[in-house]
Amino acid sequence: MPYVLATDALVWLLVAATVTYAVYCRRHAHLAVPWRRVFQSSAAMASAVVLAAFLAIGLLDSLHYRPQLPQKGSEPKAYATEVLSVLDLGLAHLRGRSEKTYSAPLATRSYAKEQVELPDGRQMRDFPRLRFGGAHLKDEAERDADVAKRALGGLGVGILLCIAVFFLTRKLKSRTPDIPWHAAGISLGVLLLLAGPAIALCTVYHVLGTDKVGQDVFYLALKSIRTSLVIGTLTTLVLLPVGIVLGTAAGYFRGWVDDVIQYVYTTLNSIPGVLLIAASVLMMQVVIDRHSDWFSVAAQRADFRLLVLCAILGLTSWTGLARLLRGETLKLSQLEYIQAAHAFGVRSTRILGRHILPNVSHIVIIAMVMDFSGLVLAEAVLSYVGVGVDPSTNSFGTMINAARLEMSRDPVVWWALATAFTFMFALVLAANLFADAARDGFDPRVKV
Amino acid sequence: MRVLLLTLASQFLLLAGCGEVWNDPYPAAERGGNILYSVFGERPKHLDPAQSYASDEAVFTRQVYEPPLQYHYLKRPYELIPLTAAEIPQPRLVEKGGATYSVYDIRIRPGIRFQPHPGFVAGNLRLDPQKIKALKSPYDLAQGTRELVADDYIYQIKRLAHPRLHSPIFGLMAEYIVGLKEYGERLKAADKPDQWLDLRAHDLEGVTRVDAYTYRVTLKGRYPQFVYWLAMPFFAPMPWEADSFFSQPGMAEKNFSLDWWPVGTGPFMLSENNPNARMVLARNPNFRGEPYPSEGAPGDAERGLLADAGKAMPFVDKAVYTREKEAIPLWNKFLQGYYDLSGIGSDTFDQAVRISLEGEAGLSPEMEARGIRLDTTIAPTVFYLGVNWLDPVVGGNSERARKLRHALAIAVDWEEYLSIFANGRGVPSHSPLAPGIFGYREGKESVNPVTHEWKDGKAQRRPIEAAKKLLAEAGYPDGRDAKTGQPLVLYLDSTSRGPGDKAVMDWWRKQFAKIAVQFEPRQTDWNRFQEKLRKGSTQLFMVGWSADYPDPENFMFLLHGAQSRVKTQGENAANYVNPEFDALFERMRNMPNGPERQHIIDRMNEIFRRDAPWIGGFHPKNFALFHSWLGNAKVNEISDNKLKYLKVDAAGREALRRQWNRPKVWPLLVLFLAIVVSIVPAITTYRRRERMAARPVS
Amino acid sequence: MLNYIIRRLLYAIPILIGVNLLTFLLFFVVNTPDDMARMQLGARRVTPEAVEKWKAERGYDLPLVWNSREESLFGKAGRTIFTQKSAKLFVFDFGYSEDKRDIASEIRERMWPSLALAVPVFLVGLAVCITFALLMAFFRATYLDLWGVVLCVAMMSVSTLFYIIGGQYIASKTWHLVPISGYAGGLDAARFLVLPVVIGVISGIGSSSRWYRTLFLEEMGRDYVRTARAKGLAETVVLFRHVLKNAMIPILTGAVVVIPLLFLGSLLSESFFGIPGLGSYTIDAIQSQDYAVVRAMVFLGSVFYIVGLIFTDISYTLVDPRIRLE
Repeated sequence: MPYVLATDALVWLLVAATVTYAVYCRRHAHLAVPWRRVFQSSAAMASAVVLAAFLAIGLLDSLHYRPQLPQKGSEPKAYATEVLSVLDLGLAHLRGRSEKTYSAPLATRSYAKEQVELPDGRQMRDFPRLRFGGAHLKDEAERDADVAKRALGGLGVGILLCIAVFFLTRKLKSRTPDIPWHAAGISLGVLLLLAGPAIALCTVYHVLGTDKVGQDVFYLALKSIRTSLVIGTLTTLVLLPVGIVLGTAAGYFRGWVDDVIQYVYTTLNSIPGVLLIAASVLMMQVVIDRHSDWFSVAAQRADFRLLVLCAILGLTSWTGLARLLRGETLKLSQLEYIQAAHAFGVRSTRILGRHILPNVSHIVIIAMVMDFSGLVLAEAVLSYVGVGVDPSTNSFGTMINAARLEMSRDPVVWWALATAFTFMFALVLAANLFADAARDGFDPRVKV
Repeated sequence: MRVLLLTLASQFLLLAGCGEVWNDPYPAAERGGNILYSVFGERPKHLDPAQSYASDEAVFTRQVYEPPLQYHYLKRPYELIPLTAAEIPQPRLVEKGGATYSVYDIRIRPGIRFQPHPGFVAGNLRLDPQKIKALKSPYDLAQGTRELVADDYIYQIKRLAHPRLHSPIFGLMAEYIVGLKEYGERLKAADKPDQWLDLRAHDLEGVTRVDAYTYRVTLKGRYPQFVYWLAMPFFAPMPWEADSFFSQPGMAEKNFSLDWWPVGTGPFMLSENNPNARMVLARNPNFRGEPYPSEGAPGDAERGLLADAGKAMPFVDKAVYTREKEAIPLWNKFLQGYYDLSGIGSDTFDQAVRISLEGEAGLSPEMEARGIRLDTTIAPTVFYLGVNWLDPVVGGNSERARKLRHALAIAVDWEEYLSIFANGRGVPSHSPLAPGIFGYREGKESVNPVTHEWKDGKAQRRPIEAAKKLLAEAGYPDGRDAKTGQPLVLYLDSTSRGPGDKAVMDWWRKQFAKIAVQFEPRQTDWNRFQEKLRKGSTQLFMVGWSADYPDPENFMFLLHGAQSRVKTQGENAANYVNPEFDALFERMRNMPNGPERQHIIDRMNEIFRRDAPWIGGFHPKNFALFHSWLGNAKVNEISDNKLKYLKVDAAGREALRRQWNRPKVWPLLVLFLAIVVSIVPAITTYRRRERMAARPVS
Repeated sequence: MLNYIIRRLLYAIPILIGVNLLTFLLFFVVNTPDDMARMQLGARRVTPEAVEKWKAERGYDLPLVWNSREESLFGKAGRTIFTQKSAKLFVFDFGYSEDKRDIASEIRERMWPSLALAVPVFLVGLAVCITFALLMAFFRATYLDLWGVVLCVAMMSVSTLFYIIGGQYIASKTWHLVPISGYAGGLDAARFLVLPVVIGVISGIGSSSRWYRTLFLEEMGRDYVRTARAKGLAETVVLFRHVLKNAMIPILTGAVVVIPLLFLGSLLSESFFGIPGLGSYTIDAIQSQDYAVVRAMVFLGSVFYIVGLIFTDISYTLVDPRIRLE
């Protein structure tokens, strides 16, 4: 039974809005030209490919359903309380094969000793063989050879796909020579070369190890991507309207409107950010707990908390955008054609919508793309303080938080932390590079 | 420039070769001293013995305050022995006016002196507020001492009723100590806001002075567990001078109060109090010197725990406790030798700072090579999955609900839980009593026949098919309601514990999935969770209980109907009520240990297992890690006054620390060289640019 | 100038009232005084009478915002938790925390460790970032610049948590160079601060250097710079004597806002490195639901922020002669 979570609905709404915007941009030169400039940078193309890969995973993870329980005879259909996504379907082999506890990447034995019964009935403390990781191996010494074989196989498939990509980029380059398709091609190639062996190995090994309850870390990382994307994008859904409306109104109308809005954002800014977010999150938690009958499944409750966290982050960080827009609007409203429109008696809202807004749109876009990476990083810190996402939600913040405790273990469990670090770094780096290119493209001071 | 670089480099090399340890967090002056280093995680909130109840406060209060009795450090099961009392007081039963009273005459040993304290100098009891403001610590003033008398014990018991102190055991003691309740009312009326309430002026009926070293406590009815309370700081002595001293105007603003500056007769005194960073216990120069025990549990002599028998305690001069909020720094500093012992488990189910270790003999080779020792003990604690008896689905006396609970009890595999989340350190619970408590049975009789069977000399959990069968009999074949076909959904309430929580919830889901029951976790913060328990709106919940004293009454009362959380805010969080169980409890609670009591306890366990108000649980094994230079270390769960017994080999520690912590300077040099090398292309580019004739348009 | 400052300070008062109201709302929706009492009294054997006594002592038995039982309007608005607790803040009387410790003395004590960490991070960070940005601007359009930018972006993309955990692991555990955590008073604190300061600087280099580099490049594109070069001045002279001075204006004014907030300390560093500063004080208070402390710290933070804004405006006039305060 398909099940729509609140954040799912908003994510797809955002996707639809982005597609509409892209179509709109093509038709209007004042937007098409800066965007084209953006995509003319190799860094932007390369990072766009990486971001697209993350986005694809995130979107697959945003289609949820509740699996049906086995039906018996004439009984009505019943559904499990668990909520799964399409990505879970694809990764079913990773999800269903959990071990008992920790295991190192590509290991065949558990990381923790247990009482193992030997064939001759004796009991010994030893590392037991994993249930699924490397279970197909009869002799453990073969593991290295097996890993090499499979990895090479995956690599081979990856190389074949790379060659296909190479031809594709050549064709695209001949069609639109000013866009650096080769950069995109290289990054796609690298992704394929990494994914190839990973996918080949992940069916029989735990490529990045397992966590405390034996869940595959690779699976957890892939599931965390959606949370990061949701936080980075849905926050802007709240941030943008509030920031734009208040910022432009303050700059355009001036007078008491300006004073009130300045008062509001100075007050908000004075409270240290973490405190404001922490108090708001705790308040929201109380509301959730008092009205637990609103939610039929735990996943819905966790999702609601994620949604409200995005809203809170948005409500506490619109001040920066508002201030920039206020400054820009102040400058613009002095221009002659705005004053002329005013003199002609054009309604204020029309002036704001048709003249001011398009001229400040570059600031909005720059702010949006630059905030994305900051939000993803902030989520990790908030989880550490304890006011981040629900602990049952997969996110990089919760992974780091859990890993923090694991580092004080002996022997050290390092793979979960390393995985969270690598994935987060890749996502944020790609986002930063893309944001840079976007800023260069839209900055009116850059000479064409 | 070059000279500067060379001198810097040579400095580094010199320092590295010196054998100096750079990462020592303690001042250089302390090196090689007879000092014990340990940690504390939570800021202690109250050190006033009338209020202090948490275990992280006990670390400090137990070394300073000396109640009349204590537990033997080495003997197991835990045994009460006298501390400041001359012997363990035996109650005398007295009949008066148709009611029974127990009378305890407690005799104190003469010649015990208090620690040096400014309160004992008469001039310090009327200080000028300006002078108080200038003080950094109360010990800046002149100090005095005096002998301990029975009046001091009486004064402290009176303080339990003090209206401004809110002692947590006032309610409980008011039920037993004659006249305590009325005394509390009287004190409330006599208390004036800015004046010191001198308790010597108000007499308490149930606690009287017999002579200088003897006092008498009269209790209503019989309460043999009272002797256990006599081993807690609640009944330690408090000199009235200290109370008067700290109540002077201006003291509270400087945070000088009994809550922060304890004053007692114990082997140590709290000389430095900075709950954000560091607490220091220093040797009490007036301590009478208690001899180290000469008897112990079997196996202690072999472990060298009796080597110091008869010597005067304490052995260390100072104990420094540093605050560590994070597990990683704590763990690493312990491995580097900067803490002599690591932490032990605490009151709450979830400790903020937690170190995890491999199972039983769980030391890694690296730790063993460093001589680190592991000591474990089963704590007198029980963590259980409780059922809210008032819940319509799982609670109540119906046969359907009981079969459902039995099915769940078989399905939840506590052995696996312990193996994954506690690294095997704990035993599954078959009855409310923890191991080591009277009434706990070992072996075949200990097993809960509903969930386990005794096979091949050990307890085996019943197969899952048995659970499924019971579930079907309860009316939920295959996890579906037989009448409506809807899947059975059960809710577990718990406090959100943060990062490790997801793993636990996933594990719970797996357990319920074994019998095809749907599982929904409902995590809230601590306040909301307690509110749900109070209102009775839970279904299944996880709580823990740590015993105040090693008596079965302190566990069985968790199932006593009159203690229901919903009705009377008592500790029976499951709100379980069974008249037969209650009647047996009333009989057993004040009985001395013996075969009759054992029989009643067995009968109570039978009822408990049949009714299953708790769906299993476990008793954790708490552990502590000690370094090789720490002597006489043994884990004691009930009474935490172990500091006086511990011994430190300072020279050995210094040598090992030096060996383990040699600074590696070469990576810094490599980094430095790398930076220097990377400057070279920059310099060449610069030179090239400056010498160019015409520059291209840039 | 004096008029301007006085006006700004007066304007600050409604802001502080607003901040107080907001904190109050946020906090008391989350915790009722009952919850706070139970939290402070501990977990075991808490009776309803003890809760009532605790509340009465601290003045929490009054209604939250409106006391309908009082006679006069003044009383109705006055004898409420909000007014009683907030009024004293304006004279900087912070009162006692819920566990009876004097807040003002705690703040005075914990202020120094926070400053000891934050001020070096700020100063050293500023110096390092400006140097780095100057280098990148100097070698613009060469490989050094390119790799510098890449390095900056890469460093920006790593979470502070990783820097801290990694730094502690490498410097303290593996190389045994500095103590892992802890703090001592006086000069001895230097040992404990080396690592947190280094990590604080490193984690901030990425974003700041890039921003400064942009400013420098913008400045270097101006006409007067071209003139200076045409005159034959060496590149270093151009950079240091002309570009740096002018580009410093936005840098410094941006930095000045931050100065007062240095008092509040960095939460993460203080927790991991065990530095008993104001940041960890605040976080502890949130987690143990100590409203008195939270209120005091938020108020203090707002005051510092407003003072910072005033400083920024004043420094604008001092540095840029074209700007005059009206």
